[in-house]
Amino acid sequence: MTIWRPRRQGPFSAAMVRFSGVGLRYPAPGGDGAVREALRGIGFTLPEGSFHWLLGPSGAGKTSLLRLMQLALRPTEGEVELFGQRVGRLRRAALPRLRRRIGVVHQDFRLLAHLSAFDNVALPLRIAGRAEAALRADVAEILRWVGLADRAEALPAGLSGGEQQRVAIARAVIVRPALLVADEPTGNLDAEQAARVIALLREMHRLGSTVVVASHAMKLVEAYPAPALRLDAGRLVAHG
Amino acid sequence: MADRLLPLLVAAMALLAALALAGAEGAAAMAARWQQGAASAVTLQLPAGTPPARVEAALGALRNLPEVAEARLLDRARLAALLNPWLGEAAPEVPLPVVIEIALHGLPAAPETLAARLEAAAPGAAVEAHGVWVARLVALARSLQAVGFATLVLVAALAAAVVAVAVRAGIAARRDAIAVLHELGATDGDIAHRFAARAGWLTGLGALLGTAAALPVLALLADLAAPLLGGDSGGWRGGGVARLRAGLAALPWPALVALPALGAALGWTSAQVTVRLWLRRLP
Repeated sequence: MTIWRPRRQGPFSAAMVRFSGVGLRYPAPGGDGAVREALRGIGFTLPEGSFHWLLGPSGAGKTSLLRLMQLALRPTEGEVELFGQRVGRLRRAALPRLRRRIGVVHQDFRLLAHLSAFDNVALPLRIAGRAEAALRADVAEILRWVGLADRAEALPAGLSGGEQQRVAIARAVIVRPALLVADEPTGNLDAEQAARVIALLREMHRLGSTVVVASHAMKLVEAYPAPALRLDAGRLVAHG
Repeated sequence: MADRLLPLLVAAMALLAALALAGAEGAAAMAARWQQGAASAVTLQLPAGTPPARVEAALGALRNLPEVAEARLLDRARLAALLNPWLGEAAPEVPLPVVIEIALHGLPAAPETLAARLEAAAPGAAVEAHGVWVARLVALARSLQAVGFATLVLVAALAAAVVAVAVRAGIAARRDAIAVLHELGATDGDIAHRFAARAGWLTGLGALLGTAAALPVLALLADLAAPLLGGDSGGWRGGGVARLRAGLAALPWPALVALPALGAALGWTSAQVTVRLWLRRLP
């Protein structure tokens, strides 16, 4: 990969992500005013350039925690700090700029169905205002990196699950995110494709991104040992 | 679905707007023309040779009436000029009546009663109160003008609401795509612009179609109204084509040309507001 150089990595000192006493409550389904507590008292720090697994059973709160990390939700209590900035103190208009530094990969890919693989990958650059002539080479290279150079014009419906997930990863990393979060990225893939996706995420980590991957595929986690955050019933039960 | 329906709905509303606009403009033109007649709502004639003292007494009595804003003598030169088309240069030689022009504070509820009071104030005078009726026509024309503009505002509000509903349907259909754009760091302005550009284009197109569809009707109405505005209906001279031409020439073109642009601006603005309000629910 030539469009990126590895980020300079020193000892893990600067905090990329910091959660302090974070809680998250949703209105419970039914609309009777009841609330469901998805997260409670979460506190941890992820150093810049680290790789973490986010583990826990279904319903433990992994997705909620990742959504807080990617600024798709705001906590109902406590404080989230990203890139050294307290998110709760930022104006809403300041958040898009932060989101452009975060790459997100979902289990269900979330590609735009009417756009080709190339245009899906180019989307973050276009949103960031990159000139059309300047983005073509970068998109072509990132598609080569994920092994899809020859599928650039294919629509998502014409791609396999593994190929769609690689397009999603390409879209997430095209802006070289400082923070990359992946929510069960291998959930819909076979073992071979899953290993390939995890290898790409590890490569991003090697290039300097801070990476958090939620998974309950323990075989995969054991194959790629790394520190882990472990959630259970909305509480952080282990970190390290 | 909304993309196909929106221009048609806006076209129907633009047609109504064009009719209301032309109606308001036409009513304003008629009011302006008739206003000249209403300026002297009442004229009062005293027989030729009425002594000046009696004329002054009549003027004084008239000015004391509460309804009268102004009573003034029409000077002989102006009277001769007015009669010139009928009497030619001989007008100054003919004995002319004394004419008093009266402007009223407001339109009387009962013109007949007013005429009787004026006659009582100036015995022997003949009262011509046609201006009162003209003033009533002016008031009617002004009311029609106001109704036209109110209709225009109502149609614009309705169009904005229709655009808002269509945009909300578009948002519901593209909710996932919007979430992706939001997640990738698109600002509210970026997302609203995508909807607003499309809505502006569709409403502009609809307004253009509606305005174009209204033109033949407007041309016909303009031709029918021409005699009321001091012109001549083309139909009496040259048949349908001449009538259409005469009608088209009389239309308020600047306002009609502006209508599609205003429609597009309305659609753009309505879409911007709708999308931005919806996006407020996202963090």
